Amino acid sequence: MCTIKSNTMQEKRNIITRRDFIRNGVRGSCLLALGGVVGLLSSRSRANNTVWQIDPYRCIACGNCATYCVLEVSAVKCVHKFAMCGYCKLCTGYFEPQPNALNTGAENQLCPTGAIKRGFVEDPYYEYIIDEPLCIGCGKCVKGCNAFGNGSLFLQVRHDRCLNCNNCAIATACPSQAFRRVSADQPYLLKGKD
Amino acid sequence: MLWKSLEGKSQLLLFSTRVNRHLRFTSFTIFIFVLLVLPDVAFGVERFPPPQFDDHELPVTTVPEPRRDLYEYLDVAALLAALSLASYLALKKRSRRGVFLLGIFSLLYFGFWRKGCVCSIGATQNIVLALFESGYTAPITVIAFFILPLIFTLFFGRTFCAAVCPLGAIQDVVAIRPIKVPSWLEHALRLLPYIYLSAAVLFAATGSAFIICEYDPFVAFFRRSGSLNMLILGACFLLVGVFVGRPYCRFLCPYGVMLNLVSKASKWHVTITPGECIQCRLCEDSCPFGSIERPTQELRIHNRAEGKKMLAILISLLPLFIALSSWLGVLISPALSRVHATVSLAERVWLEDTGKIEETTDASEAFRRTGRPTEELYNEALTLKKRFTFGGGMFGAFIGLVIGIKLINLSIRRRRMDYEVNRGTCLSCGRCFSYCPIEHVRLKKSS
Ligand code: SF4
Ligand code: SF4
Ligand code: SF4
Repeated sequence: MCTIKSNTMQEKRNIITRRDFIRNGVRGSCLLALGGVVGLLSSRSRANNTVWQIDPYRCIACGNCATYCVLEVSAVKCVHKFAMCGYCKLCTGYFEPQPNALNTGAENQLCPTGAIKRGFVEDPYYEYIIDEPLCIGCGKCVKGCNAFGNGSLFLQVRHDRCLNCNNCAIATACPSQAFRRVSADQPYLLKGKD
Repeated sequence: MLWKSLEGKSQLLLFSTRVNRHLRFTSFTIFIFVLLVLPDVAFGVERFPPPQFDDHELPVTTVPEPRRDLYEYLDVAALLAALSLASYLALKKRSRRGVFLLGIFSLLYFGFWRKGCVCSIGATQNIVLALFESGYTAPITVIAFFILPLIFTLFFGRTFCAAVCPLGAIQDVVAIRPIKVPSWLEHALRLLPYIYLSAAVLFAATGSAFIICEYDPFVAFFRRSGSLNMLILGACFLLVGVFVGRPYCRFLCPYGVMLNLVSKASKWHVTITPGECIQCRLCEDSCPFGSIERPTQELRIHNRAEGKKMLAILISLLPLFIALSSWLGVLISPALSRVHATVSLAERVWLEDTGKIEETTDASEAFRRTGRPTEELYNEALTLKKRFTFGGGMFGAFIGLVIGIKLINLSIRRRRMDYEVNRGTCLSCGRCFSYCPIEHVRLKKSS
């Protein structure tokens, strides 16, 4: 009985040392492989993270931005490059295609939430300012401005709101492949030159 | 009085409609004029020169900064700390309570506070994309999220799964009434993660999609918002998770595949008993994930010979098997390639151009507005398709290899004297510890 027991013990020990041997070898090669991957990647990696942004010259303002973001209210908002704006009296980004009157009446506005504020500057110029908390990123104004205006209204991911999902849900749904990862140093792709 | 005011109102209304009609007409003519005179260029041109104001300053376009990098490094530090603590609690302290509490912390921090993104599981895709796409470089934090759990697993087993992964933790807390999954089903389902992983690698390498993130069932909970479908899927997983311990971890998680393989070679690993197994069988059914293996019975000699023959046949069939599934992978590669937006766009544009389809889509319209020549698009799609043919072949070959090895593994009889954890599938959660009488002796001694 005693010998049998010591025999099995011996066997057990043998199995264990054999397994340990294999394990050590595999572990070593795993470490090497991981080290290789890290070395390869970090030689090209950036310390800075990337963030998502819309290329305004690709965006067709399809409306997906308002609905596909994982946030309740999209992180995409309309921004205004004032230096490009014509300050038109009849802003095609602000007014319905056939406005009843050129005033700030809600029924004349393109924006479903009334997020654009229209202010008089001097005759015949008007200024249009986005009230960001109201904007839902639907891009209706962008479409209007692009079609008949200077295109100074365009959509951008607002990084104070964006969660920077590893896989942006809008990017997946964007028909014009306008989303791309940009460096967090320069997180916006604004239109026009500065 | 009332009547009068009403009358007044209606008159006003009449008047205003007249004005409106007038206005409408003028604005309409302006529109027509604009349409005729100015070409409809998609992205706006300077149709109206911006005015120069003397005493009006132009507002500046605000550009709110993204979240600071500091937080990201904090995340890595938290990951490192949690991994160390998890390994200590599971291996050294052998405390299920500690592991559980740390899991709750991770669920709250990495899950609900940091919204479950970026996670180690999804980071796999960033790594693959960075390896295959020279235009993309993975941020250091993402690399850390991918590498650190693997390294820890290489030394301590899957302590990451035990208490650090938020996806694991959310399933762990709902695993209340786990039943035993029949062994054949368990073996079959455990192949799914391999398929999922190789699909994820294929789509990430070709820059098509990040499917792990897209179909992450719990991230919608962590963000407390998301598409309804994903919320329903997540709820289903949690519901199933009440009766089947950690269904996502065992039967889907692609990162788990790597952890499983790496954990098999781990230097240390949790053990059921802190000392010698006395084969009391008390722990036999204690693992909700089916990771405890029984001692093997002594095999009869002729059984053994038969087994060897079977093994030889299987091994010699392996190359054939791999070739076959690789061929299948090539066959389905056209379908796989359609996941890439450029390929599906090119096919759509081709169908429209050849008149096979009348209506256009947003995507094809967007493409036409860019004015890019279709030839260019077709060429790009063709290169992608070629990559997919190759990738599909590799995808098939890998799955063939995995299934083959699984079959071989099933026919190999390893000798086991004691009740042991399966180092690959054990999640180091520590549930089995308290079932072992030796553990109770240890606890009594230490207290
Ligand atoms: S989904 Fe793409 S095309 Fe549509 S509005 Fe957003 S950025 Fe523009
Ligand atoms: S990264 Fe996420 S939060 Fe940001 S815009 Fe895309 S879906 Fe919305
Ligand atoms: S198996 Fe995957 S999901 Fe589960 S705990 Fe491990 S890494 Fe997380």
